[in-house]
Amino acid sequence: MTANALVQVALFLLVLLLLAKPLGVFMARVYSGETTVLDRVLGPLERLTYRLCGVVPETEMTWKSYAGAFLAFNLLGLVAVYAILRLQAVLPWNPQGLSATTPDLAFNAAVSFATNTNWQSYSGETTLSYFSQMLALTVQNFVSAAAGMAVLAAFARGVARRSGTTIGNFWGDLVRSTAYVLLPLSVVLTLALVSQGVVQTLRPYATVTAVETGRPQVLALGPAASQIAIKQLGTNGGGFFNVNSAHPFENPTALSNFLEMLAILLLAAALCHSFGRMVGDARQGTALIAAMTLALVAFLALCLCAEQRGNPALASLGVDARATAMQPGGNMEGKEARFGIANSALWATATTAASNGSVNAMHDSFTPLGGLAPLVLMQLGEVIFGGVGSGLYGMLIFAIVAVFIAGLMVGRTPEYLGKKIEAFEIKMASVALLAPALCVLAGTAAAVATTAGRAGVFNPGPHGFSEVLYAFSSAGNNNGSAFGGLGANNPFYNVTLGIAMLVSRYFVAIPALALAGSLVRKKAVAPGPGTFPTHTPLFVILLLGIVVLVGALTFLPALALGPIVEHLLLYA
Amino acid sequence: MRSHLLPAARLLALLTLVTGLAYPLAMTGLAQALFPTQAQGSLVVQGGRPVGSRLIGQPFDSPRYFWGRLSASAPAFDAAASTGSNLGPLNPALVAAARARIAALRAAEPGNDTAVPVDLVTASASGLDPHISLASARFQVARVAGARGLALSEIWRVVEGHGEPRALGVLGEPVVNVLELNLALDALSPE
Repeated sequence: MTANALVQVALFLLVLLLLAKPLGVFMARVYSGETTVLDRVLGPLERLTYRLCGVVPETEMTWKSYAGAFLAFNLLGLVAVYAILRLQAVLPWNPQGLSATTPDLAFNAAVSFATNTNWQSYSGETTLSYFSQMLALTVQNFVSAAAGMAVLAAFARGVARRSGTTIGNFWGDLVRSTAYVLLPLSVVLTLALVSQGVVQTLRPYATVTAVETGRPQVLALGPAASQIAIKQLGTNGGGFFNVNSAHPFENPTALSNFLEMLAILLLAAALCHSFGRMVGDARQGTALIAAMTLALVAFLALCLCAEQRGNPALASLGVDARATAMQPGGNMEGKEARFGIANSALWATATTAASNGSVNAMHDSFTPLGGLAPLVLMQLGEVIFGGVGSGLYGMLIFAIVAVFIAGLMVGRTPEYLGKKIEAFEIKMASVALLAPALCVLAGTAAAVATTAGRAGVFNPGPHGFSEVLYAFSSAGNNNGSAFGGLGANNPFYNVTLGIAMLVSRYFVAIPALALAGSLVRKKAVAPGPGTFPTHTPLFVILLLGIVVLVGALTFLPALALGPIVEHLLLYA
Repeated sequence: MRSHLLPAARLLALLTLVTGLAYPLAMTGLAQALFPTQAQGSLVVQGGRPVGSRLIGQPFDSPRYFWGRLSASAPAFDAAASTGSNLGPLNPALVAAARARIAALRAAEPGNDTAVPVDLVTASASGLDPHISLASARFQVARVAGARGLALSEIWRVVEGHGEPRALGVLGEPVVNVLELNLALDALSPE
């Protein structure tokens, strides 16, 4: 690790944590219906939206009604994306004359964007028209993120309300997330990114004459910046171009890289503070964000050291991979020169800690341990920051399991923020923890056991297994990044990964809402001398311990077959 | 769920218009007004003709030019179909590609037997990387000077003139833009 790498990491974390607090407080006001600075401008538009759509946001919903609205909205979004992709050949804004996508690809992409996964089976510049990028993908980038934030807001109400049966109104939460948080931030970020060189145009691809060869070079263009801004802020991660944020037109400079990385974690981090404020105890949010940051730093250190150490297979050829003032050195395969090792490792860790999944380097070409870090971060359930909303409600489910286990150890009825944790809560938490793990392991097993699954494998040896495991870990936790060598644009992977994405989104979100519905009905009990406080360093360690323990017990055998054996082979 | 379908459909339609149409169109208009060059792909124009984008690498393999990163796209630097190599660390093709690049560099400059900087023998993530490290530029400086019949110090001055330091002195890595560097060399010593 170089000194500059440490400075870059420290600066990133500092800016992230400093911005998260005020934004978190602002979002808590948005979800509590309090006045904000944006009311003047957005208030009338918001009310107009409700009137046009026949929605009364003050109508409180039970958890079942809330879940029904969430599902109905997602279902229609999924159908809309599917239809647009299948019809893009006859729709406008298709200057390259791209044809309709195959049915399995359209299904995969529709599920991928509606579930906030944004797994990229498609290759943007060769598959999708500007119309599809804007009216199918950009829209879902916004609303799938807003839906995740809405579920989190409902969960927070379930914990915070002292007694009642309802947890808010989905439509109101959806609209307010979009209008007050996602859109304003996206506008600012879009313009900042364009200033750095991210393209934003509706004109056809440009053709230039290359200097040495004299041959034409076609430059793919498009309305990229507006989509990239929300792809990062909403932890979506689906690229405008095939290579995502490694593409110089998606991420041209160190500054654009810094802003995009910040956007990946910003809302997920801020929501911890929102939660603390909504449950009336800011320390709760601080404890959660502390646990997440600790885990992030640990995995970052692993990834950074492994990538900086480089590839011994190249060292024997007489290659200079030392870090000096003139070069980053290390494992540069699949990395951009302007990002080097530090920013590639930091991005890889941030994008898999959050369920973002955009990449600025090719994870498939990482060293075994460098690739293990993002892989495990996904397998932990996308709760280290995680997706906007979904990461925090996932982490809160772990918190419930943590107080349950602590309660077992001392023989007391566990409680979380004054609400008793009983059989129903633990059942729902178990479903939410087990469903993604089942998708990952069963999906991987099915793929390596079938000819269709093995046909997609690109790299030989244990790395090929890692490609499959990574794909299902990504889809099965709604991340979206990939070991890109895997040939996944075929009916087998499009369908199986699509199912994994659906299960892992809704079998976590619906139990989370059920938990909220159950908790909101419980009378809050005042903390007594036997109450286990959930804002202390002890709780932070216990929570992290549970997250790591569940992940390790579930995935260590599979990891041993992939990156771990590959590491031993590389250094044999 | 059924009772929710109507409001869901209306909201989806409205949010589609706002976030899928109004937002990207407004951003396109603002971007074109505020940053017209960048929004359009940062094209480099010479003699009224676009010869590239300063953000997108191009293939160079003449000894007169600095060479860039390896590109995994086919053909190399295909900016209409970006891709990385996705080769794993133990893949024999990774070593073969590095070996071939080293052989080409040695053939172009037989006297140079210093170790080759790693970014010059590895493929970039995008296949379009416009940059190389300063070390990779230094590795090639004698070859380019020889091919152009210019003093090494003169070429190095041009390299330093096109070096891009870390943003704010901290962020990213110091690099050299290969296309801009080669264009500057052509201005200095045309064929």
